[in-house]
Amino acid sequence: MTSLTSRNAHDIEDQERPNLGRVFDVQNLSFGYDGRQVLSGFDFSASAGEFVGLVGPNGTGKTTLIRLMSGVLKQEGGVVEILGSRLDRMRATERARLVSVVPQNPRTPSGLTAWDLVLLGRNPHLGMLQWEGKNDAEIAHEAMVATSTDELANRDLDSLSGGERQRVLIAMALAQQCPVMLLDEPTSNLDIAHQPAIMELLTNLKSREDSVVVVAMHDLTLAAQYCNRIVVIREGRNFADGRPQDVLTEEIIQNVYGVKVRILTHPDTGMPVIVGANNAGQSRRNED
Amino acid sequence: MSGRKHEFPASRYPSIPVSVGLRYPWWRLVAASGAVVVVALFAVSQGSVGIPIGDVVKILVSRLPFVSIEADWPSTWETILWQLRWPRVVLAGIVGGALATCGAAYQGLFKNPLADPYLIGVASGAGLGATIVLVSGVPLFVVGISVLPAAAFAGGMVAVVMAYIIARQASGTALTTLILAGVAIASLAGAVTSLLMIRSDPDIRPVLSWLLGGFISARWSHSAFVLAYLLPAALTFAAYGRILNVLQLDEDHAAQLGVSVERAKLLLVVSATLGTAAAVSFSGLIGFVGLVAPHVVRLAWGGDYRFLLPMSALVGAGFLILADLVARTIVTPAELPVGIVTAFCGAPFFLYLLRNRKTIAL
Repeated sequence: MTSLTSRNAHDIEDQERPNLGRVFDVQNLSFGYDGRQVLSGFDFSASAGEFVGLVGPNGTGKTTLIRLMSGVLKQEGGVVEILGSRLDRMRATERARLVSVVPQNPRTPSGLTAWDLVLLGRNPHLGMLQWEGKNDAEIAHEAMVATSTDELANRDLDSLSGGERQRVLIAMALAQQCPVMLLDEPTSNLDIAHQPAIMELLTNLKSREDSVVVVAMHDLTLAAQYCNRIVVIREGRNFADGRPQDVLTEEIIQNVYGVKVRILTHPDTGMPVIVGANNAGQSRRNED
Repeated sequence: MSGRKHEFPASRYPSIPVSVGLRYPWWRLVAASGAVVVVALFAVSQGSVGIPIGDVVKILVSRLPFVSIEADWPSTWETILWQLRWPRVVLAGIVGGALATCGAAYQGLFKNPLADPYLIGVASGAGLGATIVLVSGVPLFVVGISVLPAAAFAGGMVAVVMAYIIARQASGTALTTLILAGVAIASLAGAVTSLLMIRSDPDIRPVLSWLLGGFISARWSHSAFVLAYLLPAALTFAAYGRILNVLQLDEDHAAQLGVSVERAKLLLVVSATLGTAAAVSFSGLIGFVGLVAPHVVRLAWGGDYRFLLPMSALVGAGFLILADLVARTIVTPAELPVGIVTAFCGAPFFLYLLRNRKTIAL
């Protein structure tokens, strides 16, 4: 089905973003499970310093996209390139030096401390029989400082709160030192205090200047406040792509989610705040 | 980054746990090796003929090249030690070490604290493989190579692959399913083994004594064979310690950290099965060593596989040497199958693990 309207937001994007410093390039990506096409011709590219929010209704394949973009799933068609090299032609270690992932709700082995976990992030940089050296320890430490988790270094992972755990997982991904970092719903299990804290942390990462950060998000409003670019997925394609205020419009959201919403302006950030329209009845919430 | 100097974390957090890998506790392995040697010396000194440990050491040292010690001990002692006790103790140590290390590897691989070569059916499958060789009249040695470990390996591999496939296809917790599948496969393999024995030659004593497990007929050559088969497994474990640590995460996550998950899993399963098969090929089925030893290490010193694997080997070696000592001395002149002794220690421990599964989960 090709119900793409002429309001494909590539137009918006291309006027504003020069093609310089392109780090991440996804072209014509397609993938399907058991005959159901999840992604069909997904295009996306990003330059250093961009903080991109990936949004779309449930089941649009955000998690699949992250798995494809990190190379753990082989695409059926299309190309994923980081710094000009194709992920599907690399070994796992090489990929893991280019793209790090913070999965949604990952299993964390018990008996490990936060420090142990962050140090696992150095794995792709170590040879088979090589041990973490002083340099790796310093990088891991730096990652923990950057995520304000250095005080948690000796804590058992099981004893951490949801927010602390998420920050440690981000530190682990940072320790991989990749030009691209992908996060799958990093705020979905957190409360209203910790959600913005994580987004703020991602926004302020020092390493962000020379890397691309992509977050898959449910919460459109939260994504709008922090990301400098929003990609809306619909039917396996990049349906709209651009600045939050250009992309998160009543029309596009109605088109993609099938729900009537009102867009307000956040008094602090000036960014869109999405609320259900009053006559939307039972579908007032933008989630689900 | 900027000129900001980062304090080396290890100094900032003096109590960073063992598992960090930056401060590998070699001394613990050295101390444990020493303890195993002491246990072994004690074990060889015990038996129907008691030999003082001092003499055990002297006889041992006199065997070293360029050392000459006046023999002031009965020559029968030397025979007893060299022909009977040392081969037995050394084989028990090697088998214990192999079972424990493979148990630790299986636990890591399946992310299941209850995985044990015995429980997930590997040992029973290996037993079936070995029984087929023993009753079928196939020559035990082909071009000087023992067929027994190869047959045991094939049987063990079939069992572990079956258990794994069943656990993977079942929905819900693969954790429980794996154990249940292993138990079922172990029963099936055991039943087939019994059937083969009954239908075979009336003289089933070698098979029976093999199945009961033990080191009565241990010879030096057995240790040599087991070691030869263990070597590739040991090398794989040495290389894959850190990767086993990463594999404790979800498989996708491990792949995103640069692990070739399928290859690593295949290599580790093959190695652990080879190690198990080698161990059981001469000693028969001995349960619980592969469960108890890794958990003792985990509880005491944490779960870094680079330390867990070698330390489990040492703990398993010491444990099985002691268990065998008990087996051959507690009801003299008769002998208990060593599996009974390990079960006496292991089964209660297993129940304890089940009870505390939440806290001990990997």
